[in-house]
Amino acid sequence: MPRSTETPARGVSALTGAIVVRLRKPARLRNLEAPFLLGAILVVAAAVALVELGTGAPFDPSLSWQLLGLGGLVVVVHVVLRVVAPEADPFVVPIAVLLGGIGIAQIHRIDIAEGLTGWDAAATRQVVWTAIAIVLAIATLIVVRNHRTLSRYRYLAMLVALILLVLPMLPGIGKEVNGARLWVEVGPMSFQPGEFAKVALAVFFAGYLVTARDSLSMVGRRFLGMRLPRARDLGPILIVFAASMLVLVVQRDLGTALLYFGLFLGMLYVATGRLSWVVLGVVLFVGGALVASRLLPYVGNRFAAWLDPFNPDFIEGQSYQLVQGLYGFAAGGTFGTGLGRGRPDITPLAGSDFIMASLGEELGLVGLFAILALLLLFVGRAFRIGFSGGDDFGRLLAVGLGFAFALQVFVVVGGVTRVIPLTGLTTPFLAAGGSSLVANWIIVALLLRLSDGVRRGPRIVIESATGDQPRLVVGA
Amino acid sequence: MSANAPGGPGGTGISRHLRRVSVVVLAMFSALFVAASFIQVVAADDLRGGPFNTRTRLANQNINRGPILVGGEPIAYSIETDGDVRFQRVYANGPLWAPVTGRYTLDGLNTGLEAAYDDYLTAATGGQFFDLANAVLTGREPEGAAVETTLDAGLQQAAWDALGNYSGAVIAWEPKTGRILAMVSKPTYDPNALASHDTDAVNAAYEQLDADPAQPLINRAANGDLDPPGSTFKLVVAAAALDSGRFTPDSTFPNPSELELPQSSAVIHNSNEGTCGPGETVSLFDAIRLSCNIPMAELAHELTYVPIKDKAKALGFCKGFDLAGLLDPIEYGCTPQDGLDLSPMYSTPSQFPAFLDAPQTMLAAFGQSSLLASPLQMAMVAGAIANDGVLMRPTLVDSVIAPDQSPLVTIQPQTLGQPISANTARALTDMMVASVDSGAAETAAIEGVSVAGKTGTAENGPGQPYSLWFTGFAPADDPQIAVAVVVQDGGGLPPEEQLSSTLSAPVGRAVLEAWLRR
Repeated sequence: MPRSTETPARGVSALTGAIVVRLRKPARLRNLEAPFLLGAILVVAAAVALVELGTGAPFDPSLSWQLLGLGGLVVVVHVVLRVVAPEADPFVVPIAVLLGGIGIAQIHRIDIAEGLTGWDAAATRQVVWTAIAIVLAIATLIVVRNHRTLSRYRYLAMLVALILLVLPMLPGIGKEVNGARLWVEVGPMSFQPGEFAKVALAVFFAGYLVTARDSLSMVGRRFLGMRLPRARDLGPILIVFAASMLVLVVQRDLGTALLYFGLFLGMLYVATGRLSWVVLGVVLFVGGALVASRLLPYVGNRFAAWLDPFNPDFIEGQSYQLVQGLYGFAAGGTFGTGLGRGRPDITPLAGSDFIMASLGEELGLVGLFAILALLLLFVGRAFRIGFSGGDDFGRLLAVGLGFAFALQVFVVVGGVTRVIPLTGLTTPFLAAGGSSLVANWIIVALLLRLSDGVRRGPRIVIESATGDQPRLVVGA
Repeated sequence: MSANAPGGPGGTGISRHLRRVSVVVLAMFSALFVAASFIQVVAADDLRGGPFNTRTRLANQNINRGPILVGGEPIAYSIETDGDVRFQRVYANGPLWAPVTGRYTLDGLNTGLEAAYDDYLTAATGGQFFDLANAVLTGREPEGAAVETTLDAGLQQAAWDALGNYSGAVIAWEPKTGRILAMVSKPTYDPNALASHDTDAVNAAYEQLDADPAQPLINRAANGDLDPPGSTFKLVVAAAALDSGRFTPDSTFPNPSELELPQSSAVIHNSNEGTCGPGETVSLFDAIRLSCNIPMAELAHELTYVPIKDKAKALGFCKGFDLAGLLDPIEYGCTPQDGLDLSPMYSTPSQFPAFLDAPQTMLAAFGQSSLLASPLQMAMVAGAIANDGVLMRPTLVDSVIAPDQSPLVTIQPQTLGQPISANTARALTDMMVASVDSGAAETAAIEGVSVAGKTGTAENGPGQPYSLWFTGFAPADDPQIAVAVVVQDGGGLPPEEQLSSTLSAPVGRAVLEAWLRR
């Protein structure tokens, strides 16, 4: 069926012409996507080739074969989209493929520096995880045919999110890495449940806020020219705040706490438009973070290393990684050393937490700007659904996913560039790590589904997902 | 839209709120763009030179680091190896030259000329960039510049031999140009041991050297813990007295065999425990010639603290001098200073206390009273006297020469001013010549040469061994070389044998003679 849509017949009757036009419209988006995908794949191939040439390491064809397979899988995504979501956004998948591919090239580069091959190589594992992530994204696209069904599972999403948050805190399976407790280890497998919690929380918040925003918008007394929320409505924000602080205290990671709480505040603001919520939340969070930095030595160390990284007492200890990352950026300068020509491996975790420093070193400020622009474009595609979406649940969900993505980029890149204290989050699509890849590809699938719904869905729907009273929702 | 139905029908509320959130997201990304630009462009140069910057260090190791030369012969050079680190630094006669070369280590904590001229040696200066680019383009091996020093290999060896096994230092320079001819410090170390590519071996060697109570890593000629200058400081007091116009070499002072200091019960003696010569009074000339303490203390009491302090500071006390010749002298407070790490080759400032009362000023007249000086400082005093009162800037480097033989840096003789009048300098020269001919410094005499000299025996505290000094120059009528010697810990000898006439003056003489008879 997709094949037929690509060949518009000339001189057909008005009726069939109308049908062809209707079928052609979605194909145009997919036809737009195809060259972008091809471009992304070519850039990735060039990046890998440059890494091989730049490092001068003996050529090992295994990664090339793996990437060829991954390229095939990307083509499958494209074809599946033509069938199950033909009107989906044409930029989301190419961005994910390009960023993911650049990430694999750079991880491969670190592998070469560290002499890792075969299954020891992080790039090999990253390829496998990408394949798993893409397959799960396809599955998500096929299973979730209408995103509104997700709003029915909002409390299930909440439960899942809570379980995922609690998992790393459980003795036995919870694992501490670099002082932060963000990991779960079961046998040989380890993953970061926080990455998935992010998606589940976005679903829950979207579903919850669609129903609760009217009461949350009610105003109480005025204070300092601001209308404060009513005291009885403070419950949810206090609960989320408490959960974030629990994450901060038990998982000892400011970034994760900031991500969850920021996600909630962002979505709350978009849903209610009440600045007072945001002010209240920011005050609560900054206060909590300051108290935590005083009371928790690990968080305090990160603060101290952030404020004074070149302190001789820190530079070989708690700020070593940060400073070596900064030296990497500086070594790269404007145009970078060239792929494979720098020494990004000097920085600890150069392929995961500090991949932006690695990329900044070898691709320079120019490359870093391009990557940040791609990440920003991804957020932009999500927000576009928020602007033009047909239903409020879908719009809020898209905004939540986009905002969480943006927050995560800010927290992790801001951490390595000393804008904020360093934390344990991963750079989406780029950093080595399976959980992050799977979670972000699921976000890709959800955004594809949501964007497809925007263009395909009826302009007027009866929204009954709230359960109680059917409500008329008019699409923009 | 009504306040109680935000985002209601039409959903324009969400769009309006989302627009604001978009601005926040843009602001967040802008912060990242700005931070990245700052790090990679604005602050990049500073960061490249930052502490523990392994990348810069490794980049430098792939460059054929230029040699450090003495009379065209390398005392530090690089040879290519098969290892991961391409070039191995080698020091020819490392212990002899360690105070000059310093060391080049894989951890980047370089010292001496290796540190001061690191950028030139690794071709990292702006002027060398195009050379480097050109070398890469033409396939020629990039190479650092050579640092040609002012030192003389023969004189360095002579000073080394003369100092023998004593702990101490010798520094010799040309009073007319400021060029340092020899700089020896003992005990010393072999920088080859710290230039190894075996990090564990280097660490072990460093820890051993660092823990050694004899402190072999310190350059005692300019960066040691400093010693009280003792009687060599009488030259500074005499210079201040003559330049004040209130005294001449013939000014006389009472000549008791002991003197009780005012406002105190302390009693001072001359070093012979008797009077300074036979007379009722003694002249300033004889006080210097015979190196007597009591007349100098009387002189200082009349002169008062301020003129002495001013003269000491004009001659270089309380200042650090960049022996690498790149940076201007830096003035410090006249109190003990640490952390003079602005340039690796800044000398440790000699100390003249910020305030002395009358009895302390009288003690300062013969170099006690918490005065501290480096051999470099006392060589500068002798040098200024030798050069008609004009003080030259001391430097270890003549020039930096690019691989294509073009000079990158040429260090010209530079005057630091005239701390002493020419007449005073001549009068002081006469007193110093008399001291060598028929006074306290007779053991510095060289047959057929008029030598100007002054000895010093400085107390380090009750029961502590003396620091034994000599400073002087020759020939007295046309000075070619000035020298300062310190022998620490009394030369390791019993107290009655700790004499500057037998320990430090002969070392000075040997150095002067080696230069004049070269």
